[in-house]
Amino acid sequence: MNTCPEQIVHCMHAYLDGDIRHDDEQLLMKHLAECPSCQKLMDDLTDAIEFIEQAEPIEAPVGFVNDVMARLPKEKSQVGIQRWLRKHPLLAAAAMFFVLMSASIFSGYGNDQQFSVTKQPNLIVEGETVTVPEGEVIKGDIIVKNGELRIEGEVDGNVTVIRGSKYMASTAVVTGTSEEIDQAFDWLWYKIKETVKDIFKTGDGEKPVEE
Amino acid sequence: MERRDIAMNQLINKRINEVIKGNQEAFEEIVTLFQHRLYHVCYRMLGNRQEAEDIAQEAFVRAYINIHTFDQKRKFSTWLFRIATNLCIDRIRKRKPDYYLDAEVPGTEGLTMYSQVASDVALPEEEVARMETEERIQYEIGRLSDKYRSVIILRYIEELPLQEISDILELPLGTVKTRVHRGRAALKKQMGNL
Ligand SMILES: [Zn+2]
Repeated sequence: MNTCPEQIVHCMHAYLDGDIRHDDEQLLMKHLAECPSCQKLMDDLTDAIEFIEQAEPIEAPVGFVNDVMARLPKEKSQVGIQRWLRKHPLLAAAAMFFVLMSASIFSGYGNDQQFSVTKQPNLIVEGETVTVPEGEVIKGDIIVKNGELRIEGEVDGNVTVIRGSKYMASTAVVTGTSEEIDQAFDWLWYKIKETVKDIFKTGDGEKPVEE
Repeated sequence: MERRDIAMNQLINKRINEVIKGNQEAFEEIVTLFQHRLYHVCYRMLGNRQEAEDIAQEAFVRAYINIHTFDQKRKFSTWLFRIATNLCIDRIRKRKPDYYLDAEVPGTEGLTMYSQVASDVALPEEEVARMETEERIQYEIGRLSDKYRSVIILRYIEELPLQEISDILELPLGTVKTRVHRGRAALKKQMGNL
């Protein structure tokens, strides 16, 4: 075997790797045909590989997936809660109701007597009267608490008046919803809607873009 | 890539993005898809079901933790196999004495001190002859040094192309080829006449 060109062994491996050049293959075949010791080496290599190739596929044990999932680090709780809410909207609404039934909201309704208004450019505020001037367009929502809202121009958004009054001139335009809240129960309902909206808004942001 | 592979890649990347967004449950499908292949590679590397289970699970956990570092333009299985083979090699090296590490014995193609020692304590020929095929395969693979063991497993049991093995092990293609050649020679030498 030592008298054989070293190139022959390289050719054998190239052949076994399936990337032998055509002329090398011819050279190899010719040599193997006339050299029993190289033919023997080639056969032994081939046998060794074929023996290993008989290996049967082995499956992971039952419960493997669950075991992996149990070993993962706990996810951030915020994400977990949001997913839970998304999966169980009805239960979430019920839970929300009980949370909101708590005294804080009702006291919030009663105690908050201060006049307030959402800051928007072009709004005219005089005392406790807020005016959307004629010919002006307010882009965004307006919430007025404990005051009067006069709409003479256009509002490109939602209008909410809490414990106050609203005046709409003939020129008034409101593209979104228009609501007046002056009862405790309306207040509660408004709060629930806003909270739920917030949750789902955050939730939507979580979803992958391509969905 | 074949059309089926492309569809598969898209599905996997979709799940990966969900995992990145914080949806842990989306990872379950990934584990389900790859559990058998990954466990099999670990089992062949380690030759022990208990360790294979532990290391394959650990590989998935590492993949989960580092999922944001995976380049979605590449093949996920390559990345996953890389994590698993690295963990297997670490485990093999931990369990054998330090002084055998990588000490290749001159003139013995592909055999390290470890496999030399191992073959000194190799089982008697009659006992090897009595082994079932599966047992014998595992015995022979186990006698290869980890360098050759990983390429032989990926090449002949996982039947992966050389280029993919090079990607998994992060070795140049030429090095992978050399290791396959030496691994084959070592196997042949170990096994003598079948
Ligand atoms: Zn010859």
